[in-house]
Amino acid sequence: MNLLNPSRRAFLAGSAGLIISVMLPRSARAQQAQPQNFDPDAFIRISPDNTVTVLVKHLEMGQGANTGLASLVAEELDADWSQMRAESAPANAQLYANFAFGLQGVGGSTGMANSYMQMRRAGAAARGMLVAAAAEEWGVPAEEIVVAQGVLSHAASNNTATFGELAEAARSMPMPEDPPLKDPADFIYIGQKVERIDGLGKSNGEAMFTIDVYLDGMETVAVLHPPKFGATVVSVDDSAAMEVPGVLRVAQIPSGVAVYAENTFAAFRGRDALSVEWDETNAETRSSAELARIWAEAARAGGRVAEEAGDVDAALEGAETVLEAEFTFPFLAHAPLEPLDGVIQLGEGEAEVWMGSQIQTVDQNVMAAVLEMDPGNITLNTMYAGGSFGRRAQPASHLAAELASIGRTAGPGAYKLLWTRENDIRGGYYRPLTVHRIRGGLDADGNIVAWENTIANQSIIAGSPFEGMLEDGMDPTSYEGSTQMPYAWPAHRVSWARMESQVPVLWWRAVGHTHTAYATEIFLDELLEQGGQDRVEGRLALIRPEAGRDRAVLERVADMADWSGPGTGDRRMGVALHESFGSYVAMIAEVEEDRGMPRVTRVWCAVDCGFAVNPDVVLAQMEGGIGFGLGTALYNEIVIEDGGLVREGNFDTYPLMSIYDMPAVEVSMINSDNDPTGVGEPGVPPIAPAMANAWRSLTGSSPRQLPFQSAGS
Amino acid sequence: MSISLTVNGQTQEVDVDPETPLLWVLRDNLRLTGTKFGCGIAQCGACTVLIDGFASRACVTPVDAVAGTDIRTIEGLEGPEAEAVQAAWVDLNVPQCGYCQSGQVVAAAALLQETPSPTDQEIDDAMAGNLCRCATYARIRLAVRQASETLEG
Repeated sequence: MNLLNPSRRAFLAGSAGLIISVMLPRSARAQQAQPQNFDPDAFIRISPDNTVTVLVKHLEMGQGANTGLASLVAEELDADWSQMRAESAPANAQLYANFAFGLQGVGGSTGMANSYMQMRRAGAAARGMLVAAAAEEWGVPAEEIVVAQGVLSHAASNNTATFGELAEAARSMPMPEDPPLKDPADFIYIGQKVERIDGLGKSNGEAMFTIDVYLDGMETVAVLHPPKFGATVVSVDDSAAMEVPGVLRVAQIPSGVAVYAENTFAAFRGRDALSVEWDETNAETRSSAELARIWAEAARAGGRVAEEAGDVDAALEGAETVLEAEFTFPFLAHAPLEPLDGVIQLGEGEAEVWMGSQIQTVDQNVMAAVLEMDPGNITLNTMYAGGSFGRRAQPASHLAAELASIGRTAGPGAYKLLWTRENDIRGGYYRPLTVHRIRGGLDADGNIVAWENTIANQSIIAGSPFEGMLEDGMDPTSYEGSTQMPYAWPAHRVSWARMESQVPVLWWRAVGHTHTAYATEIFLDELLEQGGQDRVEGRLALIRPEAGRDRAVLERVADMADWSGPGTGDRRMGVALHESFGSYVAMIAEVEEDRGMPRVTRVWCAVDCGFAVNPDVVLAQMEGGIGFGLGTALYNEIVIEDGGLVREGNFDTYPLMSIYDMPAVEVSMINSDNDPTGVGEPGVPPIAPAMANAWRSLTGSSPRQLPFQSAGS
Repeated sequence: MSISLTVNGQTQEVDVDPETPLLWVLRDNLRLTGTKFGCGIAQCGACTVLIDGFASRACVTPVDAVAGTDIRTIEGLEGPEAEAVQAAWVDLNVPQCGYCQSGQVVAAAALLQETPSPTDQEIDDAMAGNLCRCATYARIRLAVRQASETLEG
């Protein structure tokens, strides 16, 4: 097999030296490793060439999983950072489950939180085995052996050895059941900046993504999907497509029509030459504007109560002033820069697959069902993903199903499925279109006495294999962030109206928080303004006594920006505070006007994500989250036109933010001994409301509908 | 049709449809996979290569238009500017998902070859055609600046 990178199978078969695993607690609460689950391939491989390879169970999609997990192992091993390597672990739910889900996959910013102790224990166990091997070889007490920077030494006997030299011997040592972990005071990597383990390969073109996998005899496959959500194929005229040089075959698959070709250009041209008649009987033909009107009506009518305290109706009735607002949020595409793709090598009764798989267990099982094989006969190699932002975490694994169907339809062989950008932008699985209707009451002194928020949108998890996450029929991902707010409302009610359409929806970086932070932090800002209160002081006065971490990040960011109100003149400031996924983030944005649009010049960000294991990764995720949230709020919407076609198709109509729009960013971390929480998502929610609050100071209003720049305007 | 291409200093014949975008010849035929596909319409810059020293979008460049030119991909990028840029990228931990970074590095190296000490505005102007979905832009600016300072060194 001519493959640019060695397959995982070859890697495991050829492995020598020390291989360590620790056992996996069945739940996040279980703190003790269970020795009977020992599997020699699981987490660490120390090779005679003195490299230490960490097998990372989470998809590396930019969030720094490989660097983070490698740093935990290096810390407990006392390795030298230059000898550390990281690779994606194979698909194996028993070995590599995410404790938050019970299956292998990562999302909800859970990666570091559930690997922190596991990978430290693995590193400590490996260290114990190396020390035991050295003690035996040198005939000295293990306690007298010192490990530093990848070298074991015993001063009295004048012995030293590298990890590589001891790797073989260490392999036969018993694995310590409860190896001691380092005192945090002795950390050399955890809590420090380390060089990204994938930084060089991602700067010189060597990093391998799914799209970079080339197999002998591999065909490239392009797919034409229905132009409207819910449409199906009636008939296919492939005569023009088959005339394109290099096109090998055209086949109908459950998700559309597949064009198999000798190369990518032929596959794309063949796809464009297809003539397909679609049955649109059951297709979604309502426009997104029409859906937004229906959602808004539902929000006005009220929904099911998600959280309630006090008598909000009476409080609104008795309020001196009642403000009311409706916020409309568009469908959004994730648009990872690497389009969705996958490679399958299909044999008889077995298959090997390469994908940027984010929920490996489900991807593997879904492919097994399509191919009518045992999941164990499908080897799934997780590749670097060129971004995900939620797009590769598919509850029903539609991409894996499509890849398997391509293989099943054509028979044994090697196939690369590659979506075009248009497949991606028009392919659904969007951040749900959402409407918030909020009412707030103020008393005669300007104090907030009532808060009522009704949210209308589609459920992401209902009807999916993750339906078990519903709470009494309620989907928390639809309104998370609008409940359990840090503020002590005298009376409040939050409700949800579940809407239906044929447009498939999916979690999009920070999920419900992407809209709840915007609606609540703008509306609160307006209530404070109406009540004559300072936006920071007013928030601090409202924060419940037990919400100390919210308070601390808000105070910190106000200090950083020298906050004294929104200011006057051409540049104004806006503030927002939002907790998501267990991490607390406050931001202040400085904004000026540029040709009718906001230009954010500076952002101050205070974050509390518990103990910051990799501070530079935290900084990077805050910077990136700010850019991601900012560009989206400025420019992005998916518009479904009357009849059901998606208007946007590529980056000319769904523009991503460029370097011009990137503000200067200053981040401050509130480091604590609290357990580490995620950072991949929490940097996104606060930036848009912070910008909009500053914009209101400049222009008199914060947009009620995103994006700021509607393509129609 | 056989076309003679000079890529990273090596001249070779490729037998392809002359309309094939250079991007797919580099990837599918020559297996130079560092150059990426992001949009296919010259909007994202993931496919940036140097053609006779100029940063160009390989996804909209027909291969027969570049026969006889000097094509440089990320794999063949060399010289003090390229080395300084890559060193700064690693030092400042610029990449996140990394998918756009080949194009970013090529664009940055091209900038510094032309303009060794760019102003902030010149950096933004040179890099504005290279989109990063992870929004690593703050570090891209710093890294270009650091690379420039290294060269002045």
